[in-house]
Amino acid sequence: MHILIENGTVNDPQQSLNEIRHIYIKNNSIVAVLTLEELSNAPFSRDSADIVYDARGQIICPGLVDMHVHFRDPGQEYKETIETGCKAAAQGGITDVCCMPNTKPVNDQPEITKYMIEKARSLGGTRVHPIAAISPGSNGKGLTEMGLLLEAGACGFTDDGQPVTDSQLMRRAMEYARSFDALIISHCEDLRLAEGVMNEGSVSTRMGLAGIPNAAESIMVSRDIALCELTGSRLHIAHVSTAQSVEAIKFAKEKGLPVTAETAPHYFTLTDSAVVEYDTHAKMNPPLRTEIDREAIRNALAQGIIDVIATDHAPHSDLEKMVPFDQAANGIIGLETSLTLGLKLVHDNLLTLTQLIEKMSVNPAKILKIPEKRIARGYPADLTIFDMAMKHTINKDLFQSKSRNTPFDGWTCQGKVLQTIINGRFCL
Amino acid sequence: MDHFHQKHILDMSSLSKQEIDYIINTATTLKGISERPIKKVPTLRGKSIVHFFHEPSTRTRTSFEIAAKRMSADTFSISASTSSMIKGETLLDTVHTIQAMSPDIIVMRHSASGAPHFVSKHLNASVINAGDGMHAHPTQCLLDLMTAREALGKINGLKVSIIGDIFHSRVARSNIIGFTKMGAEVTVAAPCTMIPQGIDKMGARVSNSLKEAVINADIIMALRIQKERQSNFFFPSEREYAAFFGMTYERLKSMNKNAFIMHPGPINRGVELSSEIADCKESLIMKQVTNGVAIRMALLYLLMGGTRDAHSN
Repeated sequence: MHILIENGTVNDPQQSLNEIRHIYIKNNSIVAVLTLEELSNAPFSRDSADIVYDARGQIICPGLVDMHVHFRDPGQEYKETIETGCKAAAQGGITDVCCMPNTKPVNDQPEITKYMIEKARSLGGTRVHPIAAISPGSNGKGLTEMGLLLEAGACGFTDDGQPVTDSQLMRRAMEYARSFDALIISHCEDLRLAEGVMNEGSVSTRMGLAGIPNAAESIMVSRDIALCELTGSRLHIAHVSTAQSVEAIKFAKEKGLPVTAETAPHYFTLTDSAVVEYDTHAKMNPPLRTEIDREAIRNALAQGIIDVIATDHAPHSDLEKMVPFDQAANGIIGLETSLTLGLKLVHDNLLTLTQLIEKMSVNPAKILKIPEKRIARGYPADLTIFDMAMKHTINKDLFQSKSRNTPFDGWTCQGKVLQTIINGRFCL
Repeated sequence: MDHFHQKHILDMSSLSKQEIDYIINTATTLKGISERPIKKVPTLRGKSIVHFFHEPSTRTRTSFEIAAKRMSADTFSISASTSSMIKGETLLDTVHTIQAMSPDIIVMRHSASGAPHFVSKHLNASVINAGDGMHAHPTQCLLDLMTAREALGKINGLKVSIIGDIFHSRVARSNIIGFTKMGAEVTVAAPCTMIPQGIDKMGARVSNSLKEAVINADIIMALRIQKERQSNFFFPSEREYAAFFGMTYERLKSMNKNAFIMHPGPINRGVELSSEIADCKESLIMKQVTNGVAIRMALLYLLMGGTRDAHSN
């Protein structure tokens, strides 16, 4: 199979490249990336290409990596499966995802890790890189077999929504993980302080909903940073939502600690005012915060304090969402809207396009230590092609995901994914 | 205003000043029915009202039942313990089932804030919120406004102090919105643990001293202190609460000679109110209960398309 993608603007932050190039793909790999002047060196002629894709006016970047998704497979396939999740990812321009371990059963065994990887591989689209549990059953009582899980293909550890409350266990988990230079991902939440259903503030008071203060997050961010300093383990803070967490992470980075952090598009797009009218599609954990926090998250992205944009894609059916707010499940889906919402940061002149691509592809790949994605000769053809400016209206009924729980339905946005190429295969 | 256009009564924010006046005026007109020897008018004959109570309630539920019956409506009750909700039916399914039986009004109490809003989006019938979680209790606020207006002749310019567990109180939230909308000045007072964040943004002044709240008030509204809140560390003991925020007749007279006392009930005698103050001549508590029936009659009547004038003598 010979593919030529011509006239597109190739943006690869790793090479400081942001110019028009012609990309030649043979089978699974990129065989040449040429300027107009270099076309005489083409590895194959335009006429002999099986597919010629005209990317004029479009951006081509290394395939996007979403390091925080929930695919509910095994166990809750009525919400999402690895198949529908991977299709949704490809639809959003995402070539690699990290599945969180809170499946049923919990991903605490090499067999479950292998199942996820193999299932995705058999589908030939977006790749799955499982994050395994820190403790068996995520019960906070012991350590999983981290070495065996890493051998099976896990690329990090977390108890995600059941955060490790026992500081001794967290310390040992980080120390033990350091033996393998493995990544610990922390969902930072003090469970007692977080006994609420939305952000604590004037909106929760008016609506009579129990609030979750910012401190419920930043207390645990600070604890885990202290343990990171103690153990030297690589620590990644998941879905940062508060200004105080940003301050703590900034402090850790200035100290030179191996701490990285992510946030999700909803935290830089929405505030707790989205909960008004008791919209359960605005219920997630951590909760949507105030404008002060949203500003802090946006600035932290611009200043590089937050390294990664990940979606925390959390599919739920109407059974969990068409209920009173108190009783609704936490989380929204995000795979098919993340690049579009990320591009808003570029249109707002907060990030350059290159910085956005770093946060959605280069940085997560580095943190996860998955194979480097370069738009250069010899690298696998993992490419995301999108239009920066194209206006379109988000329509949840067109989603590939099995679930529809998004607060962004009906939003008109600028920027759209047009093609996702994984291992030289067109996925859309 | 000559007509009432709201379909649901969900909270005080969605009612205008004019609508609130109109409801109270209508209630004042209808109040006479309860004083007649035959306490029944045929106005709502053929209308079906479902009382859907998903949380224990005696006074509010009885008040709605009496109001509906005095207007000759047919009433049906569903409570959490007898409904299929204990068999695992979702709220949405229960609501669809009720809808299929074509009621005209659903009076709903639920422990989840926003549940009546949720239900109103899936129903053709009108919904009256009879209390949802910590969010709102609009009929309580309307009867409190009516009682205050009766006692003092007006609401505009009144100083109202609400004392007690503001944090968990839907009555406090609705009264802050309702009384400030009608021109009163509302102060809330309690230990800091019982004052929720941002309550000032709803228009209330915040105080942590009973004396400061009482001294200039025209109306002192005490709220029930629930013993079970101790377990989540909101206050150390009932004795300690009563020592700093309990209203006694002696305190009332030494701080402020003219204030009226209100309480949404049920009272915890000896905690937020002493026995003698609950029964004193300045207490409006029984008037609140009486007006509760009138306010609920007015709401049922107005939601079914009635106008105030049709019932005036």
